[in-house]
Amino acid sequence: MTMSRWLILGATSPIAREFARVAAASGADIVLAGRDMEDMERSAADIRARSERAVSVVEFDALDMAAHEAFVRRFDEGGEGSVGVFVAFGFMPSQAEIDATPELGAHVINANFTGAASVLLWLKPVLEKRKGVVVVLGSVAGDRGRASNYTYGSAKAGLHTFLQGLRIVLGRSGVRVINIKPGFIDTGMSWGNVKDGPLMAEPRALAERALKLADGKGEGESYFPWFWFVIMTIIKSVPYKIFRKLPI
Amino acid sequence: MMWKTATFSGWGRLPYGTCEAARPERLSQLRAAMTGGGAGTVIARGLGRSYGDCAVNEGGRLVLTERLDRLVSFDATTGEVVVEAGISLRSLLDIFLPRGFIVPVCPGSAFVTVGGAIANDVHGKNHEKDGAFAAHVGWFELMLPDGEIVRVSRESDAALFDATVGGIGLTGIIVTACLRLTRVPSNALIVRERPVPDLDALLAKLHEEASATYSVAWFDALAGGGGLGRGIVETATVSPTSIQIKPRKARSLPITPPSLVLNPLSVRAFNALYRARMPSNGRESLRGYDKFLFPLDSLRGWNRMYGKPGFRQFQSIVPAAALVPLLERIRASRAGSFLAVLKAMGPAGTGMLAFPMAGYAVALDFPNRPGVVELLGDLERITLEHGGRVYLAKDSCLSAQGFAAMYPRLPEFQDVLERVDPKRRLGSTMSRRLGIRGGAP
Repeated sequence: MTMSRWLILGATSPIAREFARVAAASGADIVLAGRDMEDMERSAADIRARSERAVSVVEFDALDMAAHEAFVRRFDEGGEGSVGVFVAFGFMPSQAEIDATPELGAHVINANFTGAASVLLWLKPVLEKRKGVVVVLGSVAGDRGRASNYTYGSAKAGLHTFLQGLRIVLGRSGVRVINIKPGFIDTGMSWGNVKDGPLMAEPRALAERALKLADGKGEGESYFPWFWFVIMTIIKSVPYKIFRKLPI
Repeated sequence: MMWKTATFSGWGRLPYGTCEAARPERLSQLRAAMTGGGAGTVIARGLGRSYGDCAVNEGGRLVLTERLDRLVSFDATTGEVVVEAGISLRSLLDIFLPRGFIVPVCPGSAFVTVGGAIANDVHGKNHEKDGAFAAHVGWFELMLPDGEIVRVSRESDAALFDATVGGIGLTGIIVTACLRLTRVPSNALIVRERPVPDLDALLAKLHEEASATYSVAWFDALAGGGGLGRGIVETATVSPTSIQIKPRKARSLPITPPSLVLNPLSVRAFNALYRARMPSNGRESLRGYDKFLFPLDSLRGWNRMYGKPGFRQFQSIVPAAALVPLLERIRASRAGSFLAVLKAMGPAGTGMLAFPMAGYAVALDFPNRPGVVELLGDLERITLEHGGRVYLAKDSCLSAQGFAAMYPRLPEFQDVLERVDPKRRLGSTMSRRLGIRGGAP
């Protein structure tokens, strides 16, 4: 089923940008939410020229949690019909950078977990009333703590657990909660951090997959691309004594 | 992380050294990439379909523009579209052909950016009728080396406009561009193919079909003697009715084959088969724009066909008198690959270093083997002797002297560079090889 309206949180990311394009092409109106208004206005113009759907741009900062209530109220008053929520924001400095600047740690956890939980809690009654679907970008990094990425990974793990509960609660109102755990996606986040290779997937492909899941019937967690299920099953099952020596 | 160190080459896959590369996703990041950090020069790179070294910058920096690919506005009454310059012609066609508009000039691949199409002033199979790409560009926004963005049109700054058109990125990074799409009645072309036994017949057929919108000839680069220039002339006119087009299934070359797979014997066999599938009196068919304009796009990564050493493409425009010596030299080398292309070109545009001009364009690939550089040197000499010129977007071994002689407006171009880039912050492996900024290459 196609949503009437998609709220895209963290709309300046390349994945969100591609998602907005495919969601508009599916016939939904689009609300772009993020911090860089200039950039989102450009994306809004792009979608209008492609699809002739209604597109609006709203300022949203995951870290400014005091403003989430008002933000959600404005969104709720801004349209009718079913609602899709796509949570695409995230912040991933390297663990080395966090170790060098420990105050960055709380920032990473708030940007990836606390901010997401906060806005979803405010959105919960809106979703229960309007019906729809929630799609969140989790991460394979949340599956097991690794020396190279554990702060970011722990925030994503918190998010995964939060979504497991939210899925049960919203499920009672017929709202589905989908958690996509991407592996390496070819965006600015991985540029220069991850080597190009066969594991790297395109933002467009992830966006298409996310919309397909949202417009389908399923819910729950899924990996993207699918083979990360295999990789993560192995990574989770390696005994600690060996795991701690792995260069990952 | 903004910069990463990597090796880049052109579509010909020749080995070049490493450089620092950024791929901005927002305008603010583009500005930071242009102005920030690092020694050496900077140059924009789109989708990397230039064959040689014009979007390679050994020891310097590359700014990849492909992520800045949004539409800014579209006016359906005039066909005028404003885009971020990293958008590909592929995307433009996917969006606008179903709405009845075609990109007015398409090169042989749709996987090129609008910025690259301007910076190389690309041409298509309709050059005689419609001119080159820049003829359809009203204005563009150009980011200068200090990060300032200026809107450039023929009216606002003719010199900077004409230096940027065909200027292989040396005036700045094209951020957005306004172009006019052409309204078309359908998604299809009526394509006529006629086999021709020799060069005279080929040229005669190209002229005979001068009323067609698109025309191109394929010739067998290995055929000599009386069969010199033997090939197929293809022309196309706009079809009034559309056809059903199955969604493209892109295949890609799964492996990089050993470089010896392409040899005179296999190429000869391919050329014979290519001609044999054609009835002797030719044929006529309805084809989608894609299939006619971009035959090679259906095989992703075909450039790996030449194996690890890569390949060099030669393309020049020459008067008719130069065709026989040029084709003879190519045939004698027995190095030419597959079907070579010959097109009739219309008058030149206004770009100072733009390639298109009246005459005949000849293009073909050569596997990168011993002797090919000498061969290309000979082809450069023949082209120069007849007042022709070599295409920078394809080139990997033109001499600085040959370049200066072929592009007599170079001093004018250099004057514009002195004005917009006095600190010489823009540059590429090609600009140094050809000594475009003057001094030692």
